Amino acid sequence: MTNSWTDIRNTDLVVIMGGNAAEAHPCGFKWVTEAKANRGAKLIVIDPRFTRSASVSDLYAPIRQGTDIAFLLGLINHCIQNDKVQWDYVKAFTNASYVVKQGFTFQDGLFSGYDEAKRDYDKSTWDYDIGPDGFAVVDETLANPRCVWNLLKNHVAVYTPEMVERICGTPKERFLKVAKMVAETSAPNKAMTSMYALGWTQHSKGSQNIRAMAMLQLVLGNIGIRGGGMNALRGHSNIQGLTDLGLMSNLLPGYLTVPTQKEPDLATYMSTRGFKPLRPNQMSYWQNYKKFFVSFQKSMWGDAATPQNDFAYDYLPKLDVPGYDLLRAFELMHQGKMNGYFCQGFNPLQAAPNKKKVIESLSKLKFLVIMDPLDTETGRFWENHGPYNDVDPTKIQTEVYQLPSTCFAEDDGSLVNSGRWLQWHWAGGTPPGEAKRDTWIMAQLYLRLKELYTKEGGAFPDPIVKLTWPYADPGDPKAEELAQEINGRALAKVTDTADPTKVLAEAGKLLPAFAALRDDGSTACGCWIYSGCFNENGNNMARRDTSDPDDAGFYSKWAFSWPANRRILYNRASADLTGKPWDPSRKVIEWDGQKWSGYDVPDILPTAKPDQVGPFIMNPEGVSRLFTRTMMRDGPFPAHYEPFESPIVNPVAPKVRGNPAARVFQGDMAQFAEAASPEFPYAATSYRLTEHFHFWTKHVIVNAVMQPEFFVEISEQLAAEKGITKGGWVRVWSKRGSVVAKAMVTKRIRPLTCDGKTIHIVGIPLHWGFTGAAKKGFGPNMLTPFVGDANIETPEYKAFLVNIEPAPGPVA
Amino acid sequence: MNVELSRRAFLQTAGAGLAGTTLGAFGFADIEAAHAAAIRSFKLANTTETRNTCPYCSVACGIILYSKGDLRKGEQADITHIEGDTDHPTNRGTLCPKGSALLGFVKSPTRLRHPMIRKPGSDKFEPIGWEDALDRIARLMKDDRDKNFVAKNNDGVTVNRWLTTGFLAASASTNETAFATYKVVRSTGILAFDNQARV
Repeated sequence: MTNSWTDIRNTDLVVIMGGNAAEAHPCGFKWVTEAKANRGAKLIVIDPRFTRSASVSDLYAPIRQGTDIAFLLGLINHCIQNDKVQWDYVKAFTNASYVVKQGFTFQDGLFSGYDEAKRDYDKSTWDYDIGPDGFAVVDETLANPRCVWNLLKNHVAVYTPEMVERICGTPKERFLKVAKMVAETSAPNKAMTSMYALGWTQHSKGSQNIRAMAMLQLVLGNIGIRGGGMNALRGHSNIQGLTDLGLMSNLLPGYLTVPTQKEPDLATYMSTRGFKPLRPNQMSYWQNYKKFFVSFQKSMWGDAATPQNDFAYDYLPKLDVPGYDLLRAFELMHQGKMNGYFCQGFNPLQAAPNKKKVIESLSKLKFLVIMDPLDTETGRFWENHGPYNDVDPTKIQTEVYQLPSTCFAEDDGSLVNSGRWLQWHWAGGTPPGEAKRDTWIMAQLYLRLKELYTKEGGAFPDPIVKLTWPYADPGDPKAEELAQEINGRALAKVTDTADPTKVLAEAGKLLPAFAALRDDGSTACGCWIYSGCFNENGNNMARRDTSDPDDAGFYSKWAFSWPANRRILYNRASADLTGKPWDPSRKVIEWDGQKWSGYDVPDILPTAKPDQVGPFIMNPEGVSRLFTRTMMRDGPFPAHYEPFESPIVNPVAPKVRGNPAARVFQGDMAQFAEAASPEFPYAATSYRLTEHFHFWTKHVIVNAVMQPEFFVEISEQLAAEKGITKGGWVRVWSKRGSVVAKAMVTKRIRPLTCDGKTIHIVGIPLHWGFTGAAKKGFGPNMLTPFVGDANIETPEYKAFLVNIEPAPGPVA
Repeated sequence: MNVELSRRAFLQTAGAGLAGTTLGAFGFADIEAAHAAAIRSFKLANTTETRNTCPYCSVACGIILYSKGDLRKGEQADITHIEGDTDHPTNRGTLCPKGSALLGFVKSPTRLRHPMIRKPGSDKFEPIGWEDALDRIARLMKDDRDKNFVAKNNDGVTVNRWLTTGFLAASASTNETAFATYKVVRSTGILAFDNQARV
C-alpha cells in the first residue's frame, strides 16, 4: 500500500477491482464502510462475481477475468477524451512531457524489439531521448508527437467503451457509469483509492494490471494524497515483510538485487545501480544504493567484508537467469536437477500450479524438510489419499523431515501489515509438544553446517563460517537481537556529512535511521528501509500510542512504518508546485517557505524547494512514470493480452497468444488449451471464502464446520444448460487434471457476452486438501496452468479454461 | 486511553463493587458472603493478557491472548481465549470469521508436536529426536552442496551458487525469523529461494 488501512476513511471513491476486501480483508473493509457513512464516499466493485464487496457497493460492473487492462486503459482513454485529467499534476509530477526515442513502436500487440524465439524484447528503443546535457529531453507543451503523453493517448485510443464491452463483457452503459464516477476524481479536491489483491496479481500480466491502475491514478492526480493511492491488500500477515526482507531468488533486503554473473565485481555491479538524475536538481535516492549494499554486506559478514575484498562481494551467489522462483524450482525438480528442498510455513502441494507436476517433482527429491505449525499436505505428498492424492508410497524415494514449529501465539517479533506498519507482538502461550521457534531451527541448522565446514572443509566454506552470528545464545537468537541487526548499528563513529562535529551514532550504538548509513564499512544494517525500527529510542515497532491529530488517519506514534515512519508514500505529491496542498482539507505536508512539515514524515528532503525537486525521489526523473522505460519485461505501457487459456481470441491482437513476454517452459505450452477451445469452453477462476484462510483454517474445527466441503460455483444458466442441480455433484476438468465437487448454483455469477460469444464462468474456491478437520477435497491447482506473470512469475490462477458435467458422487 | 488499566483490573474492581453494594445495602452480611462465595469469578480475571496480531491476512488486526500461566514469569502458559484488541487503530476490537476462531488454530489437533521422519519408500512417519533430525539434515545439505556447488561458470567468472537445493520461506513468520532465515540460506549460495508472495 502507498497509504494505510486507516487512511481509506479519507477517500471519496473506492474502486475494488482484483480483490474482494469485504470477504478476504473484512476488518480492513470497515474503513470503506466508514468512508461511505461519514463522508458520503462511493464504492465501485468490478469483478466476475457479485461478491459481498459488490453487494454493498454503489455500482457493480461485471468483467471477464483476465481482461482488467482493457478496462483500465478504457478508463484512461475516457479521461483523456473527456479532458478529465488533473493537468497540473500530470505536467509537473509525471513523465508526460518526456520525449521517447525514435524507433519505439507498438503494432499488432507487440512493442518494438520483439524476438519470438526468445519470447523476449530487445528494449533499446523503450527509453527517452537524452540531450547533450546528459538529461532527458522534455517538451513541456506536450506538442511533440513522441512525448509520453501523445504516445499514451495513441496507445489507449483503441480501448473505446465498445471495445471494452467486446473484450471484458462489461455492458457499455455500465462501463460508462464507472468511467464517469472515476473521472470526477480528477478534480484536485477529489480522491479515489484503488484496493486490489491477488485478483490482479495472479495473471500472466499481473504486474501490468497494477501498472494500468497506477497510471490512471496518476492521470487523476490521486497518488500521494490522503484517501488516494495504490493499495495492495497483501494476502498473508507478513508477506509484505518477507518481500521487504528480500526472501526471493533475486533480492537482497530492501529491494536491492542479487548480482548476475555479468557483474563479476562490485564496480560493475554498481555501474547499473547508482542511477544518476535524469533531470536537473532531482534527488534520485538510489544514488545511495552503495551505502545500503555495503551496510547489508557488513551485517552479513562483519569484519570479513572489507574494502579490499569488495565487501565480500564474492560471498553472494551470482544469477545466470532472472530468478529461481517457485515455478522454476519445481521445473528443475521435475527435470531431476534438484536434490533437496525446504518448506518453511509454505504448502506448495496445495499452492503451486498443476498439482500433478508438483507431486512428480517432489517425488524426484532426495530430501524434503518441512517446518510448519500444521500437518501440511506437502509433508505428506508421498501418502495415498485416494483421488485427493493418488500416489504409491513405495515408489517415492524422498526422505521427508517434518519439523514442528511454533505459531504466532508462541513467538515474539514483528509483522508488516499491508500499510507497511511493522507491528511487534509477544508470545502468550507455551508451544505444543516439542515445537520450536523457526529462529531456533535455523540457528541449529546453521551451527551444525558451520561446524561441519570448520571441521571438514568443503566447497567455499567462507560465507558460511564467516557469517556474523552475534547472538547471546548462538543456538537461540532472540527476536530483539535480530530486530536490532535489521535496524543497523554503527561500527565506527558516524558523523553528519554536512557537519562533521555532529555525531549521528557512536561506535556500537544502534543507528537512528537510514540517513546514517555509509558506504565505507562503518555501518551495518540488515535492511535499510527498516532502519529506525529499533534504535536507541527503543523498539519503535512496539509503540502503542493511538493519538491521531485531527483524526487524519495517520496514527504516526503507533508501531513503525517503513520507510522512516512515513505513512503515505510520495506525500510530497499531495501539494502543488508552490507547496500548498491540492486540497486543504486533505493536507498531508506543506511548504512554509523554508521547509516541509505536516501530519506525516515528508517524502522529500525537508528543505527541498517545491518548484525544483520532484516528488518521486526514488526515480532518477524526480517524477512518476506513465511510460516505464525498460523496467518491465513485457512493455513500457500495459496492453491487453488474453490469458494463456482464453475463451476468445484476442480482439486487439489476434496473432498474440497470452502475454508474449511471459516465460513458458518446454512442455507446458502443450498443456494449455487453445484459445476458444471447444474442448474446454468455460472460463474458470479461483477465489477465497470469508470463512477460510488458505489451507490453514481447515485445521480449525470452527472454520471447518462453517465451510466444510469443496464446491464450485456456477450460474443458473450454465446449470440449466448442463443439467446440473444445486448441491449436485459435478466433474470439472482442464487439460491438466480433474476434480469432483458439489455444485453451488448462484445468481452471483452470470454469463457474459464477449466478442459476440456467451462466456460462462466457473468459480473454484481454494481451501481444501487432505489434512485437517474439514472434509477432504480438491483445490484449483489440480486444474491451473504452469505459467506465471512475465515480470514476477506469479502463477496464472485467476483465468484458465475448464469443462464441466454432472457426475456421480466421489469414489472415495 | 490509559492502557495501564487492564481489562482484568477493571473486571476485578467492577465485580467487587457489585457484590459490595447490591446485597450489602440490605444488611444481609452472611448471605452476602455466602452469595459471593457461590459466584464463580470471571474467568478472564485470572488470566495473563498478551498483545499479539492476527496471523492471517495483512490487515493485521490487534488481538489479545488470554492464558493461564505467564510466560514472562517462566510459567507454562495455556491460551484459553483470544479476542480483538479494542485499542488497535485498524480493527478497533473487531475480528472476522477467521480471526474469531484463532483459538482453534492454536489448539488444532493437527498442530505438529514432534519431529518426524518418513524414510524412502515408507508409507508412514516415524518419530525422530530433534538432535538426530538436525544432524541428518545438516549432513544432507553439506553433502549436496559440496557435490554440486558451482564456484565458477563456464566463462571462468566467480558465481558461487548452489542450485540443487532450494528453500521456500513462509508468509506469516516474523521479520526476525525472516532475517535469520535469510542469513543462513543466502550464506550457503542457494538461489532457489522464494516465499509465498506469489501465491
